[in-house]
Amino acid sequence: MTAPHESPAAGWVQQALQEHERFEHHGSPQPLPGTVREELVLERIDRARRARPRVREDRITMSHGAGGKATQTLIEAVFLDAFRNPALEPLEDAARLQVGGARLALTTDSYVVSPLFFPGGDIGDLAVNGTVNDLSTAGAVPLYLSAGFILEEGFGVAELTRIVASMQAAAQRAGVQVVTGDTKVVQKGKADGCYINTAGVGLLAPGTSLGVAQARPGDVILVSGPIGDHGVTIMLARGELDIEADVCSDTAPLNGLVADLLAAAPGVRALRDATRGGVATILNEIAAAAGVGVLVIEDDIPVRPEVRGAAELLGIDPMYVACEGRLVAVVSPDDASAALAALRAHSQGAEAAVIGTVTEQPPGIVQLKTAFGGTRIVDLLVGDPLPRIC
Amino acid sequence: MRFVDEFRDAEKARALSARITALCEPGRQYKLMEVCGGHTHTIYKHGLEDYLPEQITLVHGPGCPVCVIPMGRVDDAMALASEPDVIMTSFGDMMRVPGSNGSFFDAKARGTDIRMVYSPLDSLKIARQNTDKRVVFMAIGFETTAPSTAMTVLRAAAEGLDNFSIFCNHVTIIPAIKAILDSPDLRLDGFIGPGHVSTVIGCRPYEFIARDYGKPVVVAGFEPLDILQSIYLLMLQLSRGEAAVENQYSRVVPWDGNAVALRAIGQTMELRPYFEWRGLGFISHSALKVRAEYERFDAEKLFSVPGVRVADPKACQCGEVLKGVLKPWECKVFGTACTPETPIGTCMVSPEGACAAYYNYGRLTRHRVKEASAS
Repeated sequence: MTAPHESPAAGWVQQALQEHERFEHHGSPQPLPGTVREELVLERIDRARRARPRVREDRITMSHGAGGKATQTLIEAVFLDAFRNPALEPLEDAARLQVGGARLALTTDSYVVSPLFFPGGDIGDLAVNGTVNDLSTAGAVPLYLSAGFILEEGFGVAELTRIVASMQAAAQRAGVQVVTGDTKVVQKGKADGCYINTAGVGLLAPGTSLGVAQARPGDVILVSGPIGDHGVTIMLARGELDIEADVCSDTAPLNGLVADLLAAAPGVRALRDATRGGVATILNEIAAAAGVGVLVIEDDIPVRPEVRGAAELLGIDPMYVACEGRLVAVVSPDDASAALAALRAHSQGAEAAVIGTVTEQPPGIVQLKTAFGGTRIVDLLVGDPLPRIC
Repeated sequence: MRFVDEFRDAEKARALSARITALCEPGRQYKLMEVCGGHTHTIYKHGLEDYLPEQITLVHGPGCPVCVIPMGRVDDAMALASEPDVIMTSFGDMMRVPGSNGSFFDAKARGTDIRMVYSPLDSLKIARQNTDKRVVFMAIGFETTAPSTAMTVLRAAAEGLDNFSIFCNHVTIIPAIKAILDSPDLRLDGFIGPGHVSTVIGCRPYEFIARDYGKPVVVAGFEPLDILQSIYLLMLQLSRGEAAVENQYSRVVPWDGNAVALRAIGQTMELRPYFEWRGLGFISHSALKVRAEYERFDAEKLFSVPGVRVADPKACQCGEVLKGVLKPWECKVFGTACTPETPIGTCMVSPEGACAAYYNYGRLTRHRVKEASAS
């Protein structure tokens, strides 16, 4: 019997083996010292990581939706490859478009969270806030949203009414309007209650050009508050783990906070809301897009004790746990203290903190100075232990 | 956070580090094996090696439950999962382990009913809720998890459930350590003993390592200071030329183990004559199977299991990594063909696997080397 790794995809394993052979027979009669050999292996890995992504699975697995490496590979190898155009290519949370005299930001997001209702929110306000936040972190003023509903036969009208009411409340809070929509119903068992898609359009002020690719060595990295609240809340709300903790989703619109931040600190280079994949994923996006290193200090990252405790028990790292109302900001060093002050002055940013800096070396890599005093890498996650978080 | 921060105190770590360095004899190299994959994970996750002098090398051992499962057993589990009306249940870290025809995750995507559980008792719950289905629990792990499997079998028996069984892949740690000690490939100076296994078996089973092989063993906890202190205790013994078994993890590990847990294992399971370990080959009396009295809960009796031995992919060097002979990065396909997204071997799958730990947390040596050469 042949292993699949050696049959359908023989090419890639063979290639790696051949490269290893070349590397072992580097022409020098003396074996290279261990540290040099390790370094060469690490360089080879860097090349492999930069290679064009390919989906190697025959079918979609849960990992493809987890927001980590598999999601990225799927997006780049399937979607970007097919749709490639200059507006899509930066793969930011919202596309920037020049329409007539106006610069617009456009984004879309689907919500499949389970359970539909959880402490601190429900799928309705999540669907509004998530899209508002994708526009806000692009530097745009969110204006109009669409809402598409996929409903399962048998779903309660009372629940739907409750969800829609909470969407309207969230829209009012964020100052946006839901101006168009769509409804589909599928047979019982073909969906799980209610899925929502929202798209949003926002107006970009002239001259705004935020983007993770603009991070420069020396820049400072901030978060707007404690991380991981949403993810841990959802996990516990499912009731599968028999753990109880006093935690609440942080779902909230970020447009007010972003407006204050941009007004106070023109040196903001990039903003991201840390949803699926958490802060760790954002940091990796910064390192990869700008070709820089990122160094974060574990002790400086705000995490609520309840969230830390639950994460510790479950063996997950809060750095990878989703937030729904927190942003990560990359700010030029000159404006860092102004940015921190602006965040802290806003009710949603009272616990904002500087968590790290952008470094020159090693490019593409996020390093963490652990609370214990060691240094390690923070990589993208492959799979997420928590599907359907948003 | 109480009960965690005390064990991650950087100041205490610096003090221990200085004492460890002071115990190193000039010119001598020390190789210490952490047997348990949980320790490997802690070492990388907290960057513990930053505190060790270059004379001390940590060698990663075979104590990773997912890593030691050979491909043939994964294929057997897949065959079981594909039987009519079967719901296969498994711990999460088993889900990505590649068999000849993909992993549990791939099979799940093809429509096989495979569910992730946090405890074997969750499988029991699924069995109660699905009386028209046959629920199989993929039981893996060392003596750490065997008691919970045993208790689950006992409970299923007490409830008279007739649609629940386990596919038993439990292994025992002592024969694996002995195989490593007898292997000519590796010269070790001492062992950081497994913590959670020892909560069940206690510390006595390690005495032969000190007595017959003259190597010190320190049973260690899972916080970074636990491990650093255990390294200090090992170095202290080595500096005095001693070899004994010590228990650093005394807040959890009783010297004589846990009699209740051992009794539950003994009641429901017995040693197999031999079992195949990935990379280590067949080791006699190294694994457990369900006792005849409980065979109605034994998936190997209830279903026909192919039991075909499948060679590991040629490119895979997990065996060498598990024995500590190769460092993860020394494997031919490490990080190029074999990555956490597309693992070829088990060591890249489990968070306790040495390759996954090194890939996800440790790929910094280059940077350190550069820094060192610059200064």
